[in-house]
Amino acid sequence: MLESPIQQYPNIRGEVTSVAPALKVTDIHKSFNRRQQGLPVLKGVSLTVEQGEFVSIVGPSGCGKSTLFHIVGGLVQPDSGKVWMNGHEVTGERGHISFMPQQPALFPWRTIEDNVILAQEVKGISKREARRDARKWIAKVGLSGFEEAYPHMLSGGMQQRASFLRALLSPEELMCLDEPFSALDALTRSDMQRWLLDIWEENRRSVLLITHNIEEALLLSNRIYVFSSRPGTVLQEIAVPFPRPRREEITEDPTFLALKRDLSNWMKEEQHKMQILR
Amino acid sequence: MRLWWNKIWPPLVAVLFLLGIWQLSTSLFEIEKWILPSPINIAREVLTESSRLWEHTLATVKLTGIGFTIGTSVGLLIAIVLHSIPFLKSALYPLLILSQNVPTIALAPLLMIWFGFGLLPKIIVITLVCFFPVAIAMMSGLRQTDPIMLSYMRMIGASKRQIFVKLELPHALPSIFSGIKIAATYSVMGAVIAEWIGSDKGIGYYMMLQKSSYRTDRVFIAISIIVMLSLTMFAIIALLEKWFVRWNRRQES
Ligand SMILES: Nc1ncnc2c1ncn2[C@@H]1O[C@H](COP(=O)(O)OP(=O)(O)O)[C@@H](O)[C@H]1O
Ligand SMILES: [Mg+2]
Repeated sequence: MLESPIQQYPNIRGEVTSVAPALKVTDIHKSFNRRQQGLPVLKGVSLTVEQGEFVSIVGPSGCGKSTLFHIVGGLVQPDSGKVWMNGHEVTGERGHISFMPQQPALFPWRTIEDNVILAQEVKGISKREARRDARKWIAKVGLSGFEEAYPHMLSGGMQQRASFLRALLSPEELMCLDEPFSALDALTRSDMQRWLLDIWEENRRSVLLITHNIEEALLLSNRIYVFSSRPGTVLQEIAVPFPRPRREEITEDPTFLALKRDLSNWMKEEQHKMQILR
Repeated sequence: MRLWWNKIWPPLVAVLFLLGIWQLSTSLFEIEKWILPSPINIAREVLTESSRLWEHTLATVKLTGIGFTIGTSVGLLIAIVLHSIPFLKSALYPLLILSQNVPTIALAPLLMIWFGFGLLPKIIVITLVCFFPVAIAMMSGLRQTDPIMLSYMRMIGASKRQIFVKLELPHALPSIFSGIKIAATYSVMGAVIAEWIGSDKGIGYYMMLQKSSYRTDRVFIAISIIVMLSLTMFAIIALLEKWFVRWNRRQES
């Protein structure tokens, strides 16, 4: 018997719906071959992202988070385990997610406007139609005046916003964001977090975010998965109790601080284990 | 504009200076005209020969244009085919490199024997010198596609064709142009060699003719025309490159 991905799930407001989750991965195992030796990277990872839910993954670097994204995106075949989206099995299939890679990866020969419509273009949407939509959004993310500019003329933060917009405009429902702000300085980073919070609360796309910044995860997410050090497994699943729309002030809430402390401790322990293993 | 002028005048002065020395030494040391004619002699000869020169130059331009177009297209095509079929690439790439060790000038007479004195053997000669730099440059450009952008394209479900058209090709464009620039100057050389071997028109033919009657001044004219043709070809491609790769900041600095 195939396990049915369609189950009864309580959503964030506690109502029970029978909608299939945007993403469900079950018992993913993956090792890479390195110098004739197996390097186990993921060991039995299962997680779900409900429709319209913001879920984060935090974990020490090198624990297999990006690899999990590559499996979800169909770029890498898992050794075992399955990937489901909206109730259909899509293991190893490409083109089902909208993706924001760790580096902005904007195409230097395309203007900002043509960069943000790339994912739509690949999906076969006409350029003219895509551009009409893009113009409006470019202004909304604070890039107006840069429609015709090439990526190298933009600051790091602006490039990340363009890269985010490219993912947002992609017709695929599930957005996978791989450490989108890790390359930015602290100040730009917290700006971008607030900006992402606003954009998301307006649009409520299903999001899976990788980050190693605990505060970022707590501020943005409905739920957080804490990963162990390599080989990656899910150590903890935490529901973040703050209601929407959220304000930045929640970062001073005692509950927030307590959660942050717990998460920090887990992370430190895992990072420590990682160092011993080396 | 001012910057351009600042770049241009030092070599211009150098050339004028050298021409001056040349002129002076020919009259000072009374060098025979058939060994080394003076620049003024040469310039005078250009005027008397102008209509014949024009005819021959036109023939060479035509031959170069046809050969360059075909040679470059063949180079691009080979690169695309070998890039998309890895097995073919590993089989043929070494042969391609090997083929360049055969000097064109040695091959040309053979082609004349096989294909006669028409246009075909000449175009084959030019194609042989042109296709290689284009094919090699394009293949290396395609191979160096940014791996992050490549995995991004794969993740969002781009087809092989989309990846080629939207990512690999534009990414390789600067390399392709550097290959085409080399091919452009080679094509003039290829055309001249082809005309040496068997032709009744063109600057290469004209040069051989004048050489056998010791008209050194006219040989000099032919050489100058060949140099100018090469430079013009190079300049046209450089302009095209500037237009096509205008996004590339690294190129400018
Ligand atoms: N294609 C690959 N081949 C071999 N090893 C890989 C490959 N991709 C990732 N790895 C290894 O797997 C581990 C996890 O990598 P990654 O998923 O990028 O970690 P994270 O994103 O959590 O920092 C690392 O040790 C990395 O070196
Ligand atoms: Mg990573």
